[in-house]
This record gives sequence, C-alpha cells and structure tokens, in this order.
Amino acid sequence: MAAKKSPSPSSAQPATGRLKDRDVRTTKKIMELAEEMVRRALGGQDPVIQIPTRAKSNTIWNKKRGILEMGNATAARPLFDLKTAKQFMQTMLHSNTINDLIAAGKTSSLRGVFYKAKHTVAGTRENTFDGQDESDPILEDLEVALGALREELHVFAENRGSMVGNITIVDRGDEINCRKMGSGGYALPSIVEPDIIQFKKCEAKFILHVEKGTVWNRFNEDRFWEKNNCILTHGAGQPPRGCRRLLQRMTQELKLPLICVLDCDPWGHYIYSVIKQGSISLAFESSRLAIPEAKFLGIRAKDFQACDLDDAVKIDLTENDIKRAGEIAAYPWFEHHKGWQREIGQLLKNGFKMEVESLITKDISYVTDTYVPERLKARDWID
Amino acid sequence: MTSAAKDVKRRGANAEEMGARQRDISVSEFFAKNRHLLGFDNPRKALLTTVKEAVDNSLDACEEGGILPELAIVIEDLQPDRAATVKSSRYRVTIVDNGPGIVRKQVENIFGRLLYGSKFHRLKMSRGQQGIGISAAGMYGLITTGRPMTIVTRPKANALAHCIELAMNTKTNRAEVITDVETQDFPPERLRGVTLGARALASEKGFLDAIEFPTGTSVSIELEGRYQRGRGSVDEFLELTAIANPHAKFVFVPPSRESATEEDDVPLVTQGAASAASSATTTTDTHGVIIFPRGVQDLPRETQEIQPHPKGIELGILLQMLKDYEATEKGSLFNFLQERFCRVSAVTAAAMCKKVGATTRTRAGDIDPPVAEKLFKEFETTKLAPPPTDCLAPIGVRQMLAGMLKGVRAEFYAASSRDAAVYRGRPFQIEAAIAFGGDLPCDESARVIRFANRVPLLFQQSACSSFKAIAETAWKNYGLQQPRGNVPVGPLVVMIHMASVWVPFTSESKEAIADYDEIRKEMKLALMECGRKLGTYLRKRLKMKRESDRRDVFERYIGEIAKALHQITGKNPKPIYDALLLQARAKTAVADVELDEDGRVRKPSADAVEEEDDDGVIIVEGAIPALSSTPAKQAAPVQFDEPVTKEPARAPKKAVAPAAPVAHAPPKKPAKRSVADTPSLF
Repeated sequence: MAAKKSPSPSSAQPATGRLKDRDVRTTKKIMELAEEMVRRALGGQDPVIQIPTRAKSNTIWNKKRGILEMGNATAARPLFDLKTAKQFMQTMLHSNTINDLIAAGKTSSLRGVFYKAKHTVAGTRENTFDGQDESDPILEDLEVALGALREELHVFAENRGSMVGNITIVDRGDEINCRKMGSGGYALPSIVEPDIIQFKKCEAKFILHVEKGTVWNRFNEDRFWEKNNCILTHGAGQPPRGCRRLLQRMTQELKLPLICVLDCDPWGHYIYSVIKQGSISLAFESSRLAIPEAKFLGIRAKDFQACDLDDAVKIDLTENDIKRAGEIAAYPWFEHHKGWQREIGQLLKNGFKMEVESLITKDISYVTDTYVPERLKARDWID
Repeated sequence: MTSAAKDVKRRGANAEEMGARQRDISVSEFFAKNRHLLGFDNPRKALLTTVKEAVDNSLDACEEGGILPELAIVIEDLQPDRAATVKSSRYRVTIVDNGPGIVRKQVENIFGRLLYGSKFHRLKMSRGQQGIGISAAGMYGLITTGRPMTIVTRPKANALAHCIELAMNTKTNRAEVITDVETQDFPPERLRGVTLGARALASEKGFLDAIEFPTGTSVSIELEGRYQRGRGSVDEFLELTAIANPHAKFVFVPPSRESATEEDDVPLVTQGAASAASSATTTTDTHGVIIFPRGVQDLPRETQEIQPHPKGIELGILLQMLKDYEATEKGSLFNFLQERFCRVSAVTAAAMCKKVGATTRTRAGDIDPPVAEKLFKEFETTKLAPPPTDCLAPIGVRQMLAGMLKGVRAEFYAASSRDAAVYRGRPFQIEAAIAFGGDLPCDESARVIRFANRVPLLFQQSACSSFKAIAETAWKNYGLQQPRGNVPVGPLVVMIHMASVWVPFTSESKEAIADYDEIRKEMKLALMECGRKLGTYLRKRLKMKRESDRRDVFERYIGEIAKALHQITGKNPKPIYDALLLQARAKTAVADVELDEDGRVRKPSADAVEEEDDDGVIIVEGAIPALSSTPAKQAAPVQFDEPVTKEPARAPKKAVAPAAPVAHAPPKKPAKRSVADTPSLF
C-alpha cells in the first residue's frame, strides 16, 4: 500500500487528497502488522498477533491521575489454535477493511465495517463474521494492537446522546448554536476530536449530564439550561465514547464542572464510575475519556426521606443488584471513599432503588425547579 | 342308601379302579401334549423349529463325516391359493444335505422315536444333544397334517438311495414305515424345479447338483406353519447359522408368499426385522433363492469325546455308573476311577481308594452307597486338573470375523476367543465378536446374536446368560451408551458363542443358556476383550476426526488470510497460502501427538498394543464416516488452486508488470483490482 501514499493522479478525490499525517501513520502500522505475518508465514514461523489484554486483570488504577489505565499485558492470538484461528482471520480481514477505508479517505460505521468484511469463507458455508457482535470487539482489538484510536481507523459508532445549552460549536465547519436545538437537541456524534468539533462561544458555567433521554427532555422542556446557564447532555444510558470524549473536552478546555444526575441504583453508580474513571474495556482510552472531576448529584439514597417521597417509587433491589453494589463498593476508587461507601451502604440498607423520574411524584417539574437547583446551591454532591 | 354312601361314591374311584387307569406315559405322548417345550408353540415357530432341527442334524452329520457341508433348504407352500387373510398354511419343508447318509436300519429310530440319538450319552460337542428334535418335528407334522415324513438317504455313493415314509406312533414311541423303496432319485429331482429361481440355479449346476451330493440325506416334513420374515424367522436363523458356520454353504428356497402379517405373533418386541434381513451382505439372492456361500474352506476341528470329570457329576449318577461298571466290566474301583473319568491318574485313583477305606483291588460292585458318598465327597475336595479341552471346537477368531464380515455390514469388527473353562466339571469355551458402525442403526439397542455349539438362539434373549453378561459389561468404558442394566445402544452387533460338550439350556427347546456364574464370567471377559478393541478404535477414530476438524478449520481460514495479506501488502498470495498450509498440516500432526499424551488414558505405546491385537480386528476403511470430511478438506485447496493455475496467461503478465515500470507502484494496483474482480478467491 505504499502506493497509496502518493495520491493517485486520476481518481484524486478531495478525500484522498486529505490523507493526513495520522492516516499515513495508521496505514504504516497496518502494513507493518501484515508484513510481519507474511514474513512469519514464509519463514515457517507461527503467525501470531500480540493484542494488549482488555480485561480487568490488565487494568491499573492510577490513583494519582484518578483514572483507569491499561497495563502492559498482551495476549497472543495465534492462527494455529482452534480457539483463536477464526479471530486471527477476522483480525486480518478487518486490517484489510480499515486499510481500504483509509486509502479511500472514507469513514464507516461499525456496522458498515462488519458488512464490508462479512462474506462466506471460500469453499464453505461459514461466514467470516456471524454478527456485528463478533466484528466490534475485533475492531477494538485492532485499536489497541495498532495503538490507533477508533477515529484513526476511520470507524465511527452511531450517534448517541444529545446536547443543548449555552454554547456554540463548529462541527465539520458548520456552526451549531446549541441554544436553538428545539426539543431534540444536538445529536452527539461518535467522533468529536478537535479537527472535527471546535468550541466557539460558551457562556455556560457548568455541564449537567443526565442518564437518559426522557429525563433530558424534562430538563430541556423546562429550559433548565437557560435558567441555570449550563449545558445539558445525556448519553442514552451508559454514555458512548463520543459523548464521554466531548464531556471531557468541555471540562478540560472550557473548565466547566460536570454534574451528573443519575438513577439511584448500581447501574447509575456504574455509569458515574465510567464517566469519572473510565471503563475496563476502554482503559486504553481513559486519558481521553475519563473525567475525574465529575460529580454525582443524585438521585441519592437519602432522598426517599429527604424529599419525602411516596412508597410507590421504591423498586426492590434484585439479588443481582446487591451483588453489583458490592462489586462497585469494592472498586479501588470507591473503596476508600467515605462518601461512596456511605452512599452504597445506604442503598443496600434501603433495599430499594429509585429512578430520577421518581421525583415526578412530587411534582412534574420538581426535579428541574427544586431538586437540582437546591442541591447545586447547597453543593450537595459526591465527587 | 345313606348320604354317607353317596359321599363315598362321589369321592371317586378306589385304589383299584385308579390302578387300572395308571399306565406308562410315552415320551411321545408327553411331548405331543407339551409341544411348546420343544419349540412348537405356534405355527411360525413350528416352521422355524423344524428347519432348525433338520439343519442342526445335517451339519452335525457332515462334520462327523468330515464333509464340508452343503445344505439346501426348500419350503414349499402347499396352499398357495389360500385367502390373504389366512394366517397359517400347510408347508412342506425339505432339507437336503451332502452328509454321510444314514444306514437303512437306523432310519426309523432316528426319525421316528423321541429321545433316541447318538449324542445324549457321550460328552462330545455337537449341535444336537437330546435326540428329540427331528423326531418331534416329524411328530408335529403328523399331528397337524396327518402326513408322514419322507426320508431319502444314500449312505453309499453310486448305490441306490432309500426312500422311506415314516409316521410316528405316539403311543409306542415307535415309527411305522408306510413305504420303503429304493430309488435312484437323490438328490430329489423334483426339488430342482420347485421354483423359477431353483430351476435357473439348477440349470447352472448351482443347486442340488448330483456331483455335490454323492451321499446325503433329504428330509421332508409337511406341517401347518406360517412363513414370515423378520426376527425369529427361518431367514434370520439361516443368516445367523451362516455367520457361525462359515465353512458351510446354504441354499434357501423360500415359499412364494409370506403369510398374512400378524404382529402379536412375533416373539421379539423389537421389530428391527428389516435390519436383520438387509444386513446380509455377501449373500446373493436370485429369483428369490437365497444363497449363503461358504466363507472358509476348512472344517471345524474334529472334537474328541471325553469321560465325565469327577467334579461334574452327582451322587446318584456315581451310583449308577458303579452299577453299570459292575455289569459290564466287573473291574476294581481303582480301574473304574481311571477308566470312567477324565483327569484321574493312577496315583490319584489310589489315593482316593485309600481315603474311602478301599484297596486298589476292591471291586467296584462292592462299594455300598455310604462308601460311594464318601468317594463323592473325595471328588469334591481332591485337586484335579480341569477336563481336557480338545473336546471343544470353537469357531475361531478368524472364522468369526469371516462370518461377521459376511453377514453384517459394519466398519469395525473384533473377535476374541477365551481359553476353555469348566462349569460343573464340563469344559466349555466362550467366544465373542462385535461389529460396529457402518450401516447399523445408531439409535437402537445393540443387536445380540447368540450361539450355542454354532446353533443360533433366537428366542428368550433376556433369559439367556449371554444377555446378562452383555448387560453387565460396562460398555461406557468403551465409548458406547448403555442404559442401566441393559444392552448398549449404538450401531453394534454383539455375537456370543458358547461351545461345550453339554450346553446347559434353560429348556428342551434350547432357546437360552442357563446362567451359571462361571459361564457368565467367561462371557464378560470375552466381551471386555472385544470392547477394549472397540474402545481403542473409537478413541482413535475420534482423534482422527478431531484432527481432521482442526485441519479443516485452519485450512478454511488460510485462504481468507492469504487474500487479506495480499490485499494489504500486494504480495503474491499463493506462496503465503502454501506456506501457511504447510504449517497447518505440520501443526495438526504435532497436535495429535500432544493429544495422545495429553492425559487421556492413551499411552504412546498404544500403537504397539494395537498391532498385537490386529489379528482379532478388521476395519473396513471405506465405511468410516470420520473420513468423510476428507473430500471437503481436499476440496478447499483444489478450489483455491483453480484461479491460480487457470491463469498461466496472466502469470507472465504479473511477472513482467513490476519489471517494466519500475519507478511507480501503480501497475500493482490494476493487478490487484483485476484479481479482486475475479469472483473466486483472488
């Protein structure tokens, strides 16, 4: 593919012309990987790809930086092993797919990449990929094996999450005024790097991140961001990389504090943990994604009494929830955190969980008019 | 008259009156009333039993006469026009053998009396034992049809044959001769034209040709019977007999039509009948005539008659033997012990005499019952060598394999023959064989075929010692499924043969072997030996399958990988593919060795063990399904090769391309695209 470096004269699309430095770097890495395999094959050596391990065992808690980092352990993925043979082939296929994408200067969705590499293995009825769930992890493997970010592989995920607020941004050259986003908000793309998105004008004083779209709708309808001069985001549950990256950039570049309003259950706590410290499977990206300053405003376990809520809002903890809560409490970053130990202890003592929507039992706009402003004023949160 | 007198009268006859009615019961009468004891329970079984008894006798006679047996079995339907719903019919069963024939004066005794025979009084291995069989069949025929049996026998080649019609008098247990003529007609001319197939075969000198039958006997019995194929049928009996007697040839002319089917009459619950019939392989079927050809050319070893072993007799028998000896020999106890028993040497005999307080001169007739009892106790305690085993003629491992191979279409055959052992002072020998895989049904219980002295046992399977031995054997150890306390499930045929001078049957109809611990133990040991061979084979097969699976997986993906690497690097995929393929082949070979040592019970020396066992095992390579993956495996590289080999025209182009415009890479690009355009691999 060395040929690809020199822009081909006739089919010179603007896209190919924009073969950037980092694309050259990525192409070179793919080429190195492939050539290594060819060399091994011809030299009679085992073809093996070394892939950094994306597992809890290879995740290190960097206390100083307050984020999860990936360790140095790698796992060999040999071709000649029944367990890894197919994955080896898939890794090779995706290397080729990515290589083609970069050469063409196009980006593709995860699903697109899956389809591009999916076909039946010659001479059999077996598919190279049985489903996207087989394809996505291979791409993550390639990210870590090549040391390239997903966007550097020209792959993106679906848009997920929304944003409104007192900020104007530029997205691929288009100016977007987040104050005028109607009821839908600005859909958070999967790639939000500075070369795509720049912040232009921001009056907001903080970011309020809520768990899901329904709650976000409540806040947007009540013009909460206007009244409180903030940016309002949600990540449709566990926030995807694009959402987390954008939040991180805003907290770092615009120096905005991040306040989270999540459900009072182990899942809400976990989402907070991921936003704050990073996740195990994406530990290699933590330095780009984690926001150690994020704060957890609610819903708090004490709120059932503090807000004098109705019994109807209680949802019993399942056995799985209790197990999960125990695990979260044992995370190294929560283990010695008195606030979190108290919070999780209180949750377990309550024996029930509460969703953000439970505050509606007080009043439809209780959460936007009273709950969040009061807590903000009192600086009543855990961090 | 008082009521008391009435009572007396009502109570019945007095002793005298009763005495007048008490008289001998002839054995014939007894069995005529109890014919189920002899295997004539129902018309279908009666037909089978008749064939079986005649075939047994013929084979015994041939072997004793040192002749390789050739038998013709003809069943004629005498009511071919009967309504379809009539369940039984009248048949004429004729069995012709090429044996030594029967001398004229013995014909009545052999065929016309129950409990008359040469085999009962001696300890010698033979099919018949009691002297009941063929006479009972004749008797059954006479009872059901009123027709006498016809015997044609020629004891001397080139002499005239005797043709005799016999009817048995059940009262006297004697035969009445109806006709007795001398004839030239042997083997009977009539039979050669009995059906179309028989006629065709006879014209090629393949059926009852006079040259093959210089001497011999033909027996015809008319009887009420029912002909129906399947389990417990004449067909199955002959098929199994052929397996156990590979030295004999059988030609079977079945009747033109089967009787109306009636399920409830079929003795075995399993209606795997089709498998029984279809599994016959090398047997040929021409115009309905079924031929079971000869598999081996040597007769079974001639067996020796032996004296009873002291440990095998009972006190009453000992007393009778002493009496007989006094009557015939008037000899000493010392001599009696040595002459009338096996394994009693002079030293042992002397020691025994001394123990019971007799001298070596004491006459056998002077031994009183108390002394005899003492002597009997001596028998129990004295150490004696087990009885000699040259009285047994096992089928033999090679012959069993030949028989199984001939009769069962499988992929793996193993056989084992135990050394002779003893039950109740009688020597016996157990042999077992198994056939596995191939066309045998996978989800049914294993088929058990049992033989005693080469005679197939078709009924009362679960009452038989062999069945218990099979059920008690842990087949799971050999890679088969086995429901608790039952025979294993799988594509398996288990054959068990017991050879003995006296096979302990559970009844006179000789359907099941009695369950002696010694017998069952030997059976289990023989089965275990076969099982071990099967286990070894199955493990090996599994390993081969696993190996070919692994290889398959690798080779499947190598094509894709070579292609991807080619597209990224622009390097020629063919050498990459070849190099990877080479590695894959080497890898799977190495992996097998590891698998072997991987902690499975298999030792690296397993191959050596197998070679040792090789003589007891036959593997039919073509039938192994595990290898069916081979073509697929081979197909992949062939397909892969095609685009490469098909483009010799393009190959030079490829070679030239980089050479001409050295400066720029673009020529590579079209090359790549053109390859990608071809719909196949590159």
